[in-house]
Amino acid sequence: MQRLKESLPALAVIAVLIAAWWGAVIGTHSLIFPTPWAVVTGSWELIENGTLWQHISASLMRVGIGFGLAVCVALPLGLWMGWMQGAYRTLNPLFQMLRPISPIAWIPIAILWFGVGDASPIYLIFISSVFPMVVQTTVGVHTIEKRYLRAAENFGVSRRTLFTRVVIPAVLPQIVVGMRIGLGVAWLVVVAAEMIALHSGLGYMIMDSRNAGNRYDLVIAGMIIIGLIGLSLDRLMRSLERMRSVRWRYAH
Amino acid sequence: MRTKIEVHEVTKAFASNKGRLEVIDSVSFAVRESEFVAIVGPSGCGKTTLLNLMAGFIRPDAGTVVIDGSPHSRPDSRGILISQQGSVFPWLTVRENLMFGLNGHAPAGNAGIADHYADIVGLKGFEDSYPHELSGGMLKRAELARALVVKPEILYMDEPFAALDALMSLRMRNELLRILAKERHTVLLITHDVEEAIHLADRILVLSSRPARIRATFDVPFSHPRRLSSAAAQELRTAILRELGVDETGDDDACPAGPG
Repeated sequence: MQRLKESLPALAVIAVLIAAWWGAVIGTHSLIFPTPWAVVTGSWELIENGTLWQHISASLMRVGIGFGLAVCVALPLGLWMGWMQGAYRTLNPLFQMLRPISPIAWIPIAILWFGVGDASPIYLIFISSVFPMVVQTTVGVHTIEKRYLRAAENFGVSRRTLFTRVVIPAVLPQIVVGMRIGLGVAWLVVVAAEMIALHSGLGYMIMDSRNAGNRYDLVIAGMIIIGLIGLSLDRLMRSLERMRSVRWRYAH
Repeated sequence: MRTKIEVHEVTKAFASNKGRLEVIDSVSFAVRESEFVAIVGPSGCGKTTLLNLMAGFIRPDAGTVVIDGSPHSRPDSRGILISQQGSVFPWLTVRENLMFGLNGHAPAGNAGIADHYADIVGLKGFEDSYPHELSGGMLKRAELARALVVKPEILYMDEPFAALDALMSLRMRNELLRILAKERHTVLLITHDVEEAIHLADRILVLSSRPARIRATFDVPFSHPRRLSSAAAQELRTAILRELGVDETGDDDACPAGPG
Protein backbone atom coordinates (compact mmCIF):
# COMPACT_ATOMS: atom_id res chain seq x y z
CA MET A 1 0.00 0.00 0.00
CA GLN A 2 2.82 2.37 0.96
CA ARG A 3 4.74 1.51 -2.20
CA LEU A 4 1.66 2.11 -4.31
CA LYS A 5 1.34 5.53 -2.74
CA GLU A 6 4.97 6.32 -3.47
CA SER A 7 4.74 5.36 -7.14
CA LEU A 8 1.49 7.27 -7.66
CA PRO A 9 3.11 10.52 -8.92
CA ALA A 10 5.24 8.57 -11.44
CA LEU A 11 2.16 6.73 -12.73
CA ALA A 12 0.27 10.01 -12.93
CA VAL A 13 2.97 11.57 -15.15
CA ILE A 14 2.85 8.58 -17.50
CA ALA A 15 -0.95 8.75 -17.63
CA VAL A 16 -0.84 12.46 -18.46
CA LEU A 17 1.71 11.86 -21.24
CA ILE A 18 -0.40 9.10 -22.78
CA ALA A 19 -3.47 11.31 -22.63
CA ALA A 20 -1.60 14.18 -24.30
CA TRP A 21 -0.29 11.83 -26.98
CA TRP A 22 -3.76 10.50 -27.64
CA GLY A 23 -5.25 13.97 -27.78
CA ALA A 24 -2.54 15.20 -30.15
CA VAL A 25 -3.02 12.32 -32.59
CA ILE A 26 -6.79 12.80 -32.70
CA GLY A 27 -6.49 16.59 -32.85
CA THR A 28 -4.08 16.60 -35.80
CA HIS A 29 -5.95 13.83 -37.68
CA SER A 30 -2.57 12.16 -38.27
CA LEU A 31 -2.70 9.24 -40.68
CA ILE A 32 0.71 7.82 -39.82
CA PHE A 33 1.32 8.44 -36.12
CA PRO A 34 -0.56 5.82 -34.07
CA THR A 35 -2.77 6.34 -31.03
CA PRO A 36 -1.80 4.56 -27.79
CA TRP A 37 -4.59 2.08 -28.43
CA ALA A 38 -3.14 1.25 -31.85
CA VAL A 39 0.16 0.50 -30.11
CA VAL A 40 -1.63 -1.86 -27.74
CA THR A 41 -3.39 -3.73 -30.54
CA GLY A 42 -0.15 -3.78 -32.57
CA SER A 43 1.73 -5.30 -29.63
CA TRP A 44 -1.00 -7.89 -29.22
CA GLU A 45 -0.64 -8.79 -32.88
CA LEU A 46 3.10 -9.40 -32.38
CA ILE A 47 2.45 -11.49 -29.29
CA GLU A 48 -0.18 -13.55 -31.06
CA ASN A 49 1.84 -14.40 -34.15
CA GLY A 50 4.87 -15.18 -32.01
CA THR A 51 7.34 -12.83 -33.71
CA LEU A 52 7.78 -10.71 -30.57
CA TRP A 53 9.34 -13.60 -28.64
CA GLN A 54 11.65 -14.39 -31.51
CA HIS A 55 12.93 -10.81 -31.60
CA ILE A 56 13.27 -10.52 -27.83
CA SER A 57 15.13 -13.80 -27.48
CA ALA A 58 17.42 -12.94 -30.41
CA SER A 59 18.37 -9.63 -28.78
CA LEU A 60 18.80 -11.14 -25.34
CA MET A 61 20.92 -13.96 -26.75
CA ARG A 62 23.29 -11.49 -28.42
CA VAL A 63 23.55 -9.40 -25.25
CA GLY A 64 24.08 -12.53 -23.16
CA ILE A 65 26.98 -13.77 -25.29
CA GLY A 66 28.63 -10.38 -25.87
CA PHE A 67 28.27 -9.26 -22.27
CA GLY A 68 29.31 -12.67 -20.93
CA LEU A 69 32.50 -12.61 -23.00
CA ALA A 70 33.17 -9.06 -21.83
CA VAL A 71 32.84 -10.12 -18.17
CA CYS A 72 35.22 -13.04 -18.73
CA VAL A 73 37.83 -10.73 -20.23
CA ALA A 74 37.27 -7.56 -18.16
CA LEU A 75 37.42 -9.00 -14.64
CA PRO A 76 40.78 -10.80 -14.87
CA LEU A 77 42.21 -7.96 -16.95
CA GLY A 78 40.99 -5.31 -14.51
CA LEU A 79 42.34 -7.21 -11.49
CA TRP A 80 45.68 -7.70 -13.21
CA MET A 81 45.93 -4.06 -14.25
CA GLY A 82 44.95 -2.91 -10.79
CA TRP A 83 47.47 -5.12 -9.06
CA MET A 84 50.46 -4.82 -11.39
CA GLN A 85 51.74 -1.29 -11.75
CA GLY A 86 53.53 -2.20 -15.00
CA ALA A 87 50.40 -3.64 -16.63
CA TYR A 88 48.49 -0.52 -15.65
CA ARG A 89 51.07 1.83 -17.11
CA THR A 90 51.27 -0.19 -20.32
CA LEU A 91 47.59 -0.76 -21.04
CA ASN A 92 45.71 2.07 -19.37
CA PRO A 93 46.56 4.79 -21.95
CA LEU A 94 45.35 2.52 -24.75
CA PHE A 95 42.08 1.75 -22.96
CA GLN A 96 41.50 5.38 -22.08
CA MET A 97 41.81 6.18 -25.79
CA LEU A 98 39.55 3.36 -27.02
CA ARG A 99 36.90 3.93 -24.36
CA PRO A 100 35.39 7.19 -25.69
CA ILE A 101 34.92 5.77 -29.20
CA SER A 102 31.19 5.24 -29.63
CA PRO A 103 30.23 1.62 -30.37
CA ILE A 104 28.29 2.96 -33.36
CA ALA A 105 31.60 4.04 -34.90
CA TRP A 106 32.71 0.41 -34.80
CA ILE A 107 29.79 -0.79 -36.95
CA PRO A 108 31.55 -0.58 -40.35
CA ILE A 109 34.58 -2.44 -39.01
CA ALA A 110 32.37 -5.01 -37.31
CA ILE A 111 30.60 -5.69 -40.62
CA LEU A 112 33.92 -5.86 -42.45
CA TRP A 113 35.34 -8.38 -39.97
CA PHE A 114 32.30 -10.40 -39.02
CA GLY A 115 29.78 -9.86 -41.82
CA VAL A 116 26.11 -9.28 -41.15
CA GLY A 117 25.37 -12.33 -38.99
CA ASP A 118 25.16 -12.59 -35.22
CA ALA A 119 28.87 -12.09 -34.71
CA SER A 120 28.82 -8.37 -35.57
CA PRO A 121 26.38 -7.23 -32.87
CA ILE A 122 28.04 -9.58 -30.38
CA TYR A 123 31.38 -7.98 -31.14
CA LEU A 124 29.89 -4.50 -30.74
CA ILE A 125 28.34 -5.43 -27.42
CA PHE A 126 31.63 -6.87 -26.26
CA ILE A 127 33.61 -3.78 -27.28
CA SER A 128 31.16 -1.40 -25.64
CA SER A 129 30.76 -3.19 -22.31
CA VAL A 130 34.31 -4.43 -21.75
CA PHE A 131 35.91 -1.02 -21.17
CA PRO A 132 33.67 0.27 -18.39
CA MET A 133 34.09 -3.03 -16.55
CA VAL A 134 37.89 -3.02 -16.91
CA VAL A 135 38.04 0.57 -15.67
CA GLN A 136 35.76 -0.06 -12.66
CA THR A 137 37.65 -3.19 -11.64
CA THR A 138 41.02 -1.42 -11.92
CA VAL A 139 39.77 1.53 -9.88
CA GLY A 140 38.40 -0.95 -7.35
CA VAL A 141 41.83 -2.54 -6.85
CA HIS A 142 43.49 0.88 -6.61
CA THR A 143 41.09 2.05 -3.93
CA ILE A 144 41.50 -0.91 -1.57
CA GLU A 145 42.40 0.70 1.72
CA LYS A 146 46.06 0.30 2.65
CA ARG A 147 45.26 -0.83 6.17
CA TYR A 148 43.63 -4.03 4.90
CA LEU A 149 46.60 -4.93 2.69
CA ARG A 150 48.90 -4.20 5.62
CA ALA A 151 46.94 -6.49 7.89
CA ALA A 152 47.16 -9.25 5.29
CA GLU A 153 50.90 -8.67 5.02
CA ASN A 154 51.20 -8.78 8.80
CA PHE A 155 49.54 -12.19 9.02
CA GLY A 156 51.89 -13.44 6.32
CA VAL A 157 49.16 -15.17 4.32
CA SER A 158 49.79 -16.87 0.99
CA ARG A 159 49.21 -15.02 -2.28
CA ARG A 160 46.20 -17.19 -2.89
CA THR A 161 44.60 -16.23 0.43
CA LEU A 162 45.49 -12.59 -0.20
CA PHE A 163 43.60 -12.68 -3.49
CA THR A 164 40.60 -14.78 -2.55
CA ARG A 165 40.02 -13.30 0.93
CA VAL A 166 41.17 -9.69 0.56
CA VAL A 167 41.62 -8.35 -2.97
CA ILE A 168 38.65 -9.91 -4.75
CA PRO A 169 36.08 -9.37 -1.98
CA ALA A 170 37.31 -5.79 -1.55
CA VAL A 171 36.83 -5.09 -5.26
CA LEU A 172 33.55 -6.98 -5.66
CA PRO A 173 31.26 -3.98 -5.03
CA GLN A 174 33.10 -2.03 -7.75
CA ILE A 175 32.85 -5.02 -10.07
CA VAL A 176 29.09 -5.09 -9.56
CA VAL A 177 28.89 -1.38 -10.40
CA GLY A 178 30.97 -2.00 -13.52
CA MET A 179 28.72 -4.87 -14.58
CA ARG A 180 25.65 -2.72 -14.15
CA ILE A 181 27.13 -0.01 -16.37
CA GLY A 182 28.36 -2.62 -18.86
CA LEU A 183 25.01 -4.35 -19.21
CA GLY A 184 23.24 -1.01 -19.62
CA VAL A 185 25.57 -0.07 -22.46
CA ALA A 186 25.22 -3.53 -24.01
CA TRP A 187 21.45 -3.17 -24.18
CA LEU A 188 21.75 0.25 -25.83
CA VAL A 189 24.16 -1.13 -28.38
CA VAL A 190 22.34 -4.31 -29.36
CA VAL A 191 19.33 -2.35 -30.58
CA ALA A 192 21.52 0.01 -32.60
CA ALA A 193 23.53 -2.86 -34.05
CA GLU A 194 20.42 -4.78 -35.08
CA MET A 195 19.10 -1.81 -37.00
CA ILE A 196 21.91 -2.17 -39.55
CA ALA A 197 21.70 -5.52 -41.26
CA LEU A 198 20.05 -8.44 -39.54
CA HIS A 199 16.82 -10.38 -39.76
CA SER A 200 15.92 -10.65 -36.11
CA GLY A 201 16.10 -8.73 -32.86
CA LEU A 202 14.17 -5.79 -31.47
CA GLY A 203 16.28 -3.29 -33.40
CA TYR A 204 15.53 -5.10 -36.64
CA MET A 205 11.83 -5.30 -35.72
CA ILE A 206 11.66 -1.50 -35.38
CA MET A 207 13.36 -0.79 -38.70
CA ASP A 208 11.40 -3.51 -40.48
CA SER A 209 8.06 -2.20 -39.19
CA ARG A 210 8.85 1.19 -40.63
CA ASN A 211 10.17 -0.08 -43.97
CA ALA A 212 7.38 -2.58 -44.51
CA GLY A 213 4.46 -0.21 -44.63
CA ASN A 214 4.99 2.54 -42.05
CA ARG A 215 3.76 0.44 -39.11
CA TYR A 216 4.58 3.12 -36.54
CA ASP A 217 2.38 1.39 -33.99
CA LEU A 218 4.88 -1.48 -34.03
CA VAL A 219 7.83 0.95 -33.94
CA ILE A 220 6.53 2.48 -30.72
CA ALA A 221 5.59 -0.92 -29.30
CA GLY A 222 9.19 -2.01 -29.94
CA MET A 223 10.57 1.08 -28.20
CA ILE A 224 8.41 0.52 -25.13
CA ILE A 225 9.43 -3.14 -24.94
CA ILE A 226 13.11 -2.18 -25.23
CA GLY A 227 12.63 0.26 -22.34
CA LEU A 228 10.89 -2.31 -20.16
CA ILE A 229 13.51 -5.00 -20.78
CA GLY A 230 16.34 -2.51 -20.12
CA LEU A 231 14.66 -1.60 -16.85
CA SER A 232 14.39 -5.23 -15.76
CA LEU A 233 18.02 -5.94 -16.68
CA ASP A 234 19.07 -3.02 -14.49
CA ARG A 235 16.83 -4.29 -11.68
CA LEU A 236 18.53 -7.66 -12.02
CA MET A 237 21.99 -6.10 -11.66
CA ARG A 238 20.84 -3.99 -8.73
CA SER A 239 19.73 -7.10 -6.93
CA LEU A 240 23.41 -8.18 -7.04
CA GLU A 241 24.17 -5.16 -4.85
CA ARG A 242 22.10 -6.71 -2.12
CA MET A 243 24.23 -9.88 -1.99
CA ARG A 244 25.67 -10.53 1.43
CA SER A 245 29.22 -10.37 0.15
CA VAL A 246 28.93 -6.83 -1.22
CA ARG A 247 26.44 -5.31 1.21
CA TRP A 248 29.22 -4.19 3.58
CA ARG A 249 30.08 -1.47 1.05
CA TYR A 250 26.68 0.16 1.36
CA ALA A 251 25.99 -0.45 5.05
CA HIS A 252 26.76 2.22 7.62
CA MET B 1 64.02 -12.21 32.10
CA ARG B 2 65.55 -12.35 28.61
CA THR B 3 65.47 -9.52 26.10
CA LYS B 4 62.78 -9.86 23.43
CA ILE B 5 63.20 -6.74 21.35
CA GLU B 6 66.23 -4.54 21.03
CA VAL B 7 65.91 -1.19 19.26
CA HIS B 8 69.40 0.04 18.55
CA GLU B 9 70.08 3.66 17.54
CA VAL B 10 67.21 3.74 15.08
CA THR B 11 66.93 6.85 12.94
CA LYS B 12 64.28 7.66 10.34
CA ALA B 13 63.56 10.67 8.14
CA PHE B 14 60.92 11.17 5.47
CA ALA B 15 61.13 13.30 2.35
CA SER B 16 58.56 16.08 2.42
CA ASN B 17 57.95 19.13 0.26
CA LYS B 18 59.93 21.16 2.79
CA GLY B 19 62.91 18.87 2.50
CA ARG B 20 63.93 16.08 4.84
CA LEU B 21 61.70 15.62 7.85
CA GLU B 22 63.55 14.04 10.75
CA VAL B 23 61.07 11.82 12.56
CA ILE B 24 63.12 9.56 14.80
CA ASP B 25 66.56 10.46 16.03
CA SER B 26 68.77 7.69 17.35
CA VAL B 27 66.31 5.89 19.61
CA SER B 28 67.56 2.91 21.63
CA PHE B 29 65.75 0.74 24.15
CA ALA B 30 65.16 -2.89 24.98
CA VAL B 31 61.96 -4.76 25.81
CA ARG B 32 62.00 -7.89 27.94
CA GLU B 33 59.93 -10.95 27.16
CA SER B 34 56.33 -10.60 28.39
CA GLU B 35 56.94 -6.99 29.30
CA PHE B 36 54.26 -4.36 28.68
CA VAL B 37 55.86 -1.13 27.49
CA ALA B 38 53.82 2.00 26.86
CA ILE B 39 55.15 4.82 24.70
CA VAL B 40 53.72 8.28 25.29
CA GLY B 41 54.63 11.50 23.57
CA PRO B 42 53.19 14.63 22.00
CA SER B 43 51.03 14.11 18.94
CA GLY B 44 52.93 14.02 15.68
CA CYS B 45 56.18 13.15 17.42
CA GLY B 46 56.76 9.94 15.50
CA LYS B 47 55.29 7.33 17.86
CA THR B 48 53.43 5.55 15.07
CA THR B 49 56.55 5.56 12.87
CA LEU B 50 58.52 4.00 15.70
CA LEU B 51 55.93 1.24 16.08
CA ASN B 52 55.84 0.60 12.33
CA LEU B 53 59.64 0.34 12.34
CA MET B 54 59.54 -2.21 15.13
CA ALA B 55 56.83 -4.26 13.43
CA GLY B 56 58.84 -4.24 10.20
CA PHE B 57 56.50 -2.18 7.99
CA ILE B 58 59.14 0.56 7.59
CA ARG B 59 62.91 0.17 7.29
CA PRO B 60 65.07 2.50 9.41
CA ASP B 61 67.59 4.80 7.72
CA ALA B 62 70.14 3.80 10.34
CA GLY B 63 70.16 1.47 13.30
CA THR B 64 68.59 -1.96 13.76
CA VAL B 65 65.60 -3.67 15.33
CA VAL B 66 66.58 -7.03 16.74
CA ILE B 67 63.96 -9.55 17.84
CA ASP B 68 65.00 -12.76 19.59
CA GLY B 69 68.59 -12.03 18.68
CA SER B 70 68.13 -11.72 14.92
CA PRO B 71 67.58 -8.57 12.83
CA HIS B 72 63.94 -7.89 11.99
CA SER B 73 63.17 -6.23 8.68
CA ARG B 74 59.75 -7.36 7.50
CA PRO B 75 56.38 -7.92 9.16
CA ASP B 76 55.37 -11.43 10.13
CA SER B 77 52.76 -13.04 12.33
CA ARG B 78 55.08 -13.23 15.34
CA GLY B 79 54.24 -9.56 15.92
CA ILE B 80 50.77 -8.28 15.08
CA LEU B 81 50.04 -4.58 14.71
CA ILE B 82 46.68 -3.25 15.89
CA SER B 83 46.13 0.21 14.47
CA GLN B 84 43.88 3.00 15.61
CA GLN B 85 41.51 2.87 12.60
CA GLY B 86 41.32 -0.89 12.82
CA SER B 87 41.65 -3.34 9.98
CA VAL B 88 38.95 -5.97 10.53
CA PHE B 89 37.92 -6.96 7.00
CA PRO B 90 34.37 -5.65 6.45
CA TRP B 91 33.60 -8.31 3.83
CA LEU B 92 34.26 -11.25 6.16
CA THR B 93 32.25 -12.38 9.15
CA VAL B 94 33.79 -12.28 12.60
CA ARG B 95 34.64 -15.99 12.36
CA GLU B 96 36.14 -15.61 8.88
CA ASN B 97 38.18 -12.65 10.10
CA LEU B 98 39.48 -14.64 13.03
CA MET B 99 40.36 -17.58 10.78
CA PHE B 100 42.11 -15.30 8.29
CA GLY B 101 45.53 -15.41 9.90
CA LEU B 102 45.50 -19.20 10.12
CA ASN B 103 45.88 -19.36 6.35
CA GLY B 104 44.54 -22.84 5.83
CA HIS B 105 46.70 -24.65 8.35
CA ALA B 106 44.68 -27.41 10.02
CA PRO B 107 41.47 -26.13 8.44
CA ALA B 108 39.27 -28.59 10.33
CA GLY B 109 40.20 -27.07 13.67
CA ASN B 110 40.30 -23.47 12.45
CA ALA B 111 36.68 -22.64 13.15
CA GLY B 112 37.06 -24.09 16.62
CA ILE B 113 40.13 -21.99 17.37
CA ALA B 114 38.39 -18.89 16.00
CA ASP B 115 35.30 -19.45 18.13
CA HIS B 116 37.46 -20.03 21.20
CA TYR B 117 39.06 -16.59 20.82
CA ALA B 118 35.73 -14.96 19.97
CA ASP B 119 34.57 -16.33 23.30
CA ILE B 120 37.66 -15.04 25.13
CA VAL B 121 37.11 -11.45 23.98
CA GLY B 122 33.37 -11.64 24.66
CA LEU B 123 32.07 -11.99 21.13
CA LYS B 124 30.31 -15.29 21.68
CA GLY B 125 27.13 -15.33 19.61
CA PHE B 126 28.48 -12.83 17.08
CA GLU B 127 30.71 -15.23 15.12
CA ASP B 128 28.51 -15.00 12.03
CA SER B 129 27.99 -11.24 12.19
CA TYR B 130 29.57 -8.85 9.74
CA PRO B 131 31.71 -6.00 11.11
CA HIS B 132 29.17 -3.37 10.09
CA GLU B 133 26.68 -5.05 12.39
CA LEU B 134 28.99 -4.57 15.39
CA SER B 135 29.53 -1.60 17.70
CA GLY B 136 32.87 0.20 17.96
CA GLY B 137 33.86 -1.68 21.11
CA MET B 138 32.94 -5.05 19.61
CA LEU B 139 34.98 -4.22 16.52
CA LYS B 140 38.02 -3.64 18.74
CA ARG B 141 37.40 -6.98 20.41
CA ALA B 142 37.27 -8.67 17.01
CA GLU B 143 40.52 -6.98 16.03
CA LEU B 144 42.18 -8.13 19.24
CA ALA B 145 40.85 -11.67 18.88
CA ARG B 146 42.08 -11.90 15.27
CA ALA B 147 45.55 -10.95 16.50
CA LEU B 148 45.45 -13.45 19.38
CA VAL B 149 44.37 -16.35 17.16
CA VAL B 150 47.78 -16.59 15.51
CA LYS B 151 49.44 -16.69 18.95
CA PRO B 152 51.75 -13.75 18.30
CA GLU B 153 54.70 -13.26 20.60
CA ILE B 154 54.39 -9.48 20.36
CA LEU B 155 51.39 -7.17 20.12
CA TYR B 156 52.02 -3.70 18.71
CA MET B 157 49.10 -1.51 19.67
CA ASP B 158 48.79 1.97 18.18
CA GLU B 159 46.25 3.92 20.24
CA PRO B 160 43.85 0.98 19.97
CA PHE B 161 41.15 2.40 22.22
CA ALA B 162 41.42 6.08 21.28
CA ALA B 163 38.28 6.03 19.12
CA LEU B 164 36.12 4.54 21.90
CA ASP B 165 34.21 6.48 24.52
CA ALA B 166 35.79 6.75 27.98
CA LEU B 167 33.69 3.99 29.54
CA MET B 168 34.26 1.50 26.72
CA SER B 169 37.95 2.38 26.68
CA LEU B 170 38.24 1.57 30.38
CA ARG B 171 36.35 -1.68 29.90
CA MET B 172 38.64 -2.70 27.04
CA ARG B 173 41.72 -1.98 29.16
CA ASN B 174 40.45 -4.37 31.82
CA GLU B 175 39.67 -7.00 29.18
CA LEU B 176 43.16 -6.66 27.77
CA LEU B 177 44.74 -7.13 31.21
CA ARG B 178 42.57 -10.19 31.83
CA ILE B 179 43.66 -11.75 28.52
CA LEU B 180 47.33 -10.86 28.99
CA ALA B 181 47.34 -12.49 32.41
CA LYS B 182 46.60 -15.77 30.61
CA GLU B 183 48.52 -15.44 27.37
CA ARG B 184 51.66 -13.51 28.42
CA HIS B 185 52.41 -11.58 25.25
CA THR B 186 55.06 -8.92 24.95
CA VAL B 187 53.15 -5.68 24.34
CA LEU B 188 54.09 -2.28 22.97
CA LEU B 189 51.34 0.27 23.40
CA ILE B 190 51.30 3.74 21.95
CA THR B 191 48.97 6.10 23.69
CA HIS B 192 48.46 9.77 24.37
CA ASP B 193 46.57 8.89 27.54
CA VAL B 194 48.95 8.89 30.51
CA GLU B 195 46.38 7.23 32.75
CA GLU B 196 45.94 4.42 30.27
CA ALA B 197 49.71 3.91 30.26
CA ILE B 198 49.86 3.80 34.07
CA HIS B 199 46.89 1.45 34.18
CA LEU B 200 48.41 -1.08 31.76
CA ALA B 201 52.17 -0.85 31.43
CA ASP B 202 55.17 -2.21 33.32
CA ARG B 203 57.31 0.58 31.94
CA ILE B 204 56.56 3.90 30.27
CA LEU B 205 58.80 5.61 27.72
CA VAL B 206 58.24 9.34 27.22
CA LEU B 207 59.23 10.65 23.80
CA SER B 208 60.20 14.20 22.95
CA SER B 209 58.50 16.11 20.16
CA ARG B 210 59.81 15.56 16.64
CA PRO B 211 62.38 14.24 15.97
CA ALA B 212 61.54 11.67 18.62
CA ARG B 213 64.13 10.88 21.26
CA ILE B 214 63.57 9.08 24.51
CA ARG B 215 63.11 11.81 27.06
CA ALA B 216 62.49 9.75 30.15
CA THR B 217 61.68 6.21 31.28
CA PHE B 218 59.37 5.38 34.19
CA ASP B 219 58.90 2.01 35.82
CA VAL B 220 55.37 1.34 37.02
CA PRO B 221 55.91 -0.64 40.21
CA PHE B 222 52.24 -1.21 41.10
CA SER B 223 50.75 -4.70 41.07
CA HIS B 224 47.46 -5.46 39.28
CA PRO B 225 44.63 -4.63 39.80
CA ARG B 226 45.79 -1.05 39.94
CA ARG B 227 44.05 1.84 41.64
CA LEU B 228 44.73 4.93 39.56
CA SER B 229 43.47 7.18 42.30
CA SER B 230 46.21 6.12 44.74
CA ALA B 231 48.66 8.82 45.79
CA ALA B 232 51.63 6.99 44.23
CA ALA B 233 49.84 6.62 40.88
CA GLN B 234 48.88 10.29 40.88
CA GLU B 235 52.45 11.24 41.67
CA LEU B 236 53.71 9.17 38.74
CA ARG B 237 51.11 10.75 36.50
CA THR B 238 52.25 14.25 37.48
CA ALA B 239 55.88 13.34 36.87
CA ILE B 240 55.10 11.96 33.37
CA LEU B 241 52.96 14.95 32.48
CA ARG B 242 55.78 17.23 33.57
CA GLU B 243 58.09 15.42 31.15
CA LEU B 244 55.50 16.01 28.45
CA GLY B 245 55.60 19.70 29.29
CA VAL B 246 52.21 19.89 30.98
CA ASP B 247 52.24 21.60 34.35
CA GLU B 248 49.29 20.43 36.40
CA THR B 249 48.95 23.75 38.17
CA GLY B 250 46.89 24.75 35.13
CA ASP B 251 49.48 26.35 32.91
CA ASP B 252 49.32 24.24 29.76
CA ASP B 253 51.17 26.74 27.59
CA ALA B 254 54.43 24.92 28.07
CA CYS B 255 53.05 21.91 26.16
CA PRO B 256 55.48 21.21 23.32
CA ALA B 257 52.94 19.34 21.24
CA GLY B 258 53.80 19.31 17.57
CA PRO B 259 51.31 19.55 14.72
CA GLY B 260 48.48 17.02 14.56
